[in-house]
Amino acid sequence: MMLRDTAPSGPLAGRWQRRRSELQLVGPTRRRRYQVIVVGAGLAGASAAATLGELGYRVRCLTFHDSPRRAHSVAAQGGINAARDSANDGDSVERLFHDTLEGGDFRSRESNVYRLAELSARIIDQAVAQGVPFAREYGGHLATRSFGGALVSRTFYARGQTGQQLLLAAYQALAKEAAAGSVSVLARREMLDLIVVDGRARGVVARDLVSGALETHVGDAVVLATGGYANVYFLSTNAKASNATAIWRAHRRGAAFANPGFVQFHPTCLPAAGEHQAKLTLMSESLRNDARLWVPRRPGDDRRPEAIPEAERDYFLERRYPRYGNLVPRDLGSRAAKLVCDEGHGVGPGRRAVYLDLSDAAARGGAAVLRERYGNLFELYRHITGDDPLHVPMRVAPAAHYTMGGLWVDYDLMSTIPGLFAIGEANFSDQGANRLGASALMQGLADGYFVLPCTLAGYLAGAPLAPVSEDGAEARAARADVRARIETLLALSGRRTAGDFHRALGRVLADACGLERSRDGLAKAIDEVAALREAFWADVTVPGGPGELNQELERAGRVADFLELGELMCRDALAREESCGCHFRVEHQTPEGEARRDDEAFAHVAVWTPAAPGRSPRRLVEPLHFEMALRERSYR
Amino acid sequence: MKIALRIWRQHDSADAGDFRRYELGDLPADTTLLEALDDLNEWLVERGEPPVAFDSDCREGICGACGIVVDGRPHGPVPGTTTCLLPLRAFRDGATITLEPFCTGVFPVVRDLVVDRSALDRVVQAGGYVSVRTGGAPDADALPVARAAAERALDAAACIGCGACVAACPNGSASLFVGAKLAHLGALPQGQPERARRVSTLVAAADREGFGGCTLHGECQSACPTHIDLGVIARLNRDYLIAALARWWGGSPGKPDATDLDPRVPTAAPAGS
Repeated sequence: MMLRDTAPSGPLAGRWQRRRSELQLVGPTRRRRYQVIVVGAGLAGASAAATLGELGYRVRCLTFHDSPRRAHSVAAQGGINAARDSANDGDSVERLFHDTLEGGDFRSRESNVYRLAELSARIIDQAVAQGVPFAREYGGHLATRSFGGALVSRTFYARGQTGQQLLLAAYQALAKEAAAGSVSVLARREMLDLIVVDGRARGVVARDLVSGALETHVGDAVVLATGGYANVYFLSTNAKASNATAIWRAHRRGAAFANPGFVQFHPTCLPAAGEHQAKLTLMSESLRNDARLWVPRRPGDDRRPEAIPEAERDYFLERRYPRYGNLVPRDLGSRAAKLVCDEGHGVGPGRRAVYLDLSDAAARGGAAVLRERYGNLFELYRHITGDDPLHVPMRVAPAAHYTMGGLWVDYDLMSTIPGLFAIGEANFSDQGANRLGASALMQGLADGYFVLPCTLAGYLAGAPLAPVSEDGAEARAARADVRARIETLLALSGRRTAGDFHRALGRVLADACGLERSRDGLAKAIDEVAALREAFWADVTVPGGPGELNQELERAGRVADFLELGELMCRDALAREESCGCHFRVEHQTPEGEARRDDEAFAHVAVWTPAAPGRSPRRLVEPLHFEMALRERSYR
Repeated sequence: MKIALRIWRQHDSADAGDFRRYELGDLPADTTLLEALDDLNEWLVERGEPPVAFDSDCREGICGACGIVVDGRPHGPVPGTTTCLLPLRAFRDGATITLEPFCTGVFPVVRDLVVDRSALDRVVQAGGYVSVRTGGAPDADALPVARAAAERALDAAACIGCGACVAACPNGSASLFVGAKLAHLGALPQGQPERARRVSTLVAAADREGFGGCTLHGECQSACPTHIDLGVIARLNRDYLIAALARWWGGSPGKPDATDLDPRVPTAAPAGS
């Protein structure tokens, strides 16, 4: 397998421009000859589908939701980064590039990150033109705030619902194209396989979730914008239905998977409350602009937070990282919280939480200002816990949130299968070993609005694409595989539910492949996941039939894929004998307990090819080259 | 806590459907109603019975997927929340809770508590957007937007598209939903050029889909999980009237022009707003 490097060489600053001029164009009248299948309608998928539709391509956009407006991008709270230097605090494209690369602990591609920083300002222009009601200063200009891993204020926001507003803008752009007839939006469709013809991606097999019918959608290119896989842990901040099936099925058809073990834990989530808990809820990182995180100095201190005097509180992030304080990147924030809890300072049931305290900010600026900034977050917190965070400090704990790993893509966002593109969280490309806050929305929209529409044209213009039929041999074989898998699941009638297996998998992965990883733990987890998978295919039960709305069947299929992906995550974490960003191997740490990278041996992307039956998957590497001098990440 | 769930079970759109009763015990009070449903479903699946179908995704009140009529009220008894955020502590111990789909003529039942709300998407497709292409946008800060206008736009844009307003309305009207989209874009300078066209096409699309007319019962605003109020319907009516009059006058000189609906919308911040 060839890992093409399509990024031009030369100075970073001109690379994207140069690549754009190298890429061939498709003439406006020829575009309608091409059919593009976009799977997923979140920020990346909706923006890509709408833009391709505007350009004149025929686009089919599939979403498993009942409406494209529900994709999980909707839940992003805090904001979107852009290098506009509107705060006059020294920001620039260079600095956003630098912060993002260093935030990712030098495990992302320089070319990609630089392009992202260059495009960031245009995303805001585009969103404002679409009518996104970003927060404004009294003078009418755009307001900004700060996020972790940055010393400048470059995050644009709409209260605590920035993702919702950006998604609605992309959804409305999609609606505009649907009305114009250039995009057909197919709701309640789940992609279950990829169709590869003559080595090129030419379509997908999808299930109509209402009728259960298997549909074949063929075309000239396939774009996966299906998000991340943090739900592999069962408890995560992802929406209940977020899953890995589309990218995993593509992987099984040959697309390489990069850095599967890179998973971000978000430090400020509401802690798990009990065995009935269905998912975890995030409290935006933006709160750390005004909040201080602390635990009682004395382990096991059970006094109410307001009864603990200042001198007996440990503001552990400010102590550990005086320069960045509460605004350290998420990987460091989460691990610091875990450490104080491991030492017995945690609060709340099970002592796994820390306080997020807004009282200093409320005393300084007034409660009204905080309500204006975070009103909907406070309301959400009150609905869930019954407490008002302006009176009682919030209790927060780390939770699986975002996956930096994903399908391997080149600079053009194309996977190892020609004609198969992956954008947004579904790919691995820009976030390295740790994503900075407010960078996911930026990446999804940069990919969808600006990068993919150019690179896809370059592919289509140069690709020999023979006509493809829904009844071709490859399409029929893919349909038969999907049907056989569904029939197997329905025929098992075992004793355990898919959810039961999912919870068990989540426990194994959270222990062994979570905030801390060790050689022994990972080796053991690989066997445990394999055993769970075997048990699943012997003992799962799925009621109902294939030809109906069958949510348990949907779930079982997704859990089956998680059970394969979970093993690959552990293999990846085991093979990377260093610590970097989110990937903290206990064997590789500095005397201060920070991650110790090994740039000699591991300054590369781990690229996994699919396992042949009965064989282990193969690990290839894509070396990372840096113009910038590598250095130890320091937020102290 | 102990609760009983009386749930509407309907296999598909052709099935007549009826209520089934399920008893659940031993649930902590901060379990959410949907987590109790998850529990019930695990129990049903273990017995090989079809679980209760319901839509739900983010479980934090923002995606708009969930929507159940709980004891006769869309999204249940707690004001300003979605179904997914309803904790059991909002009910009394031992209560029987009735769960029905968001049933209106325009939202046909797909299965159990799942309905088809695609009519709302088709209404947005009729013009609920700013017609701007990717790439041609001017510098974002070249267009100052009054802070108050941005806040007002966001209040309306907070709509999550759940359809509770329609389910709550005795007329099955989507006026709150349509009004929220119009108020969002109408509050911003970017939304002005298409404002008159937008109100006409959206209202026509809602009529075409079979949503009822608004007679200001106000049930929609009590059911709305994001606090969108009847003010957006008042603005809808005003815009609709002006647009209709402008059409009637044909945009002759000196008369209101449909492309310039409301010159009072500030494009720059007034002092002290």
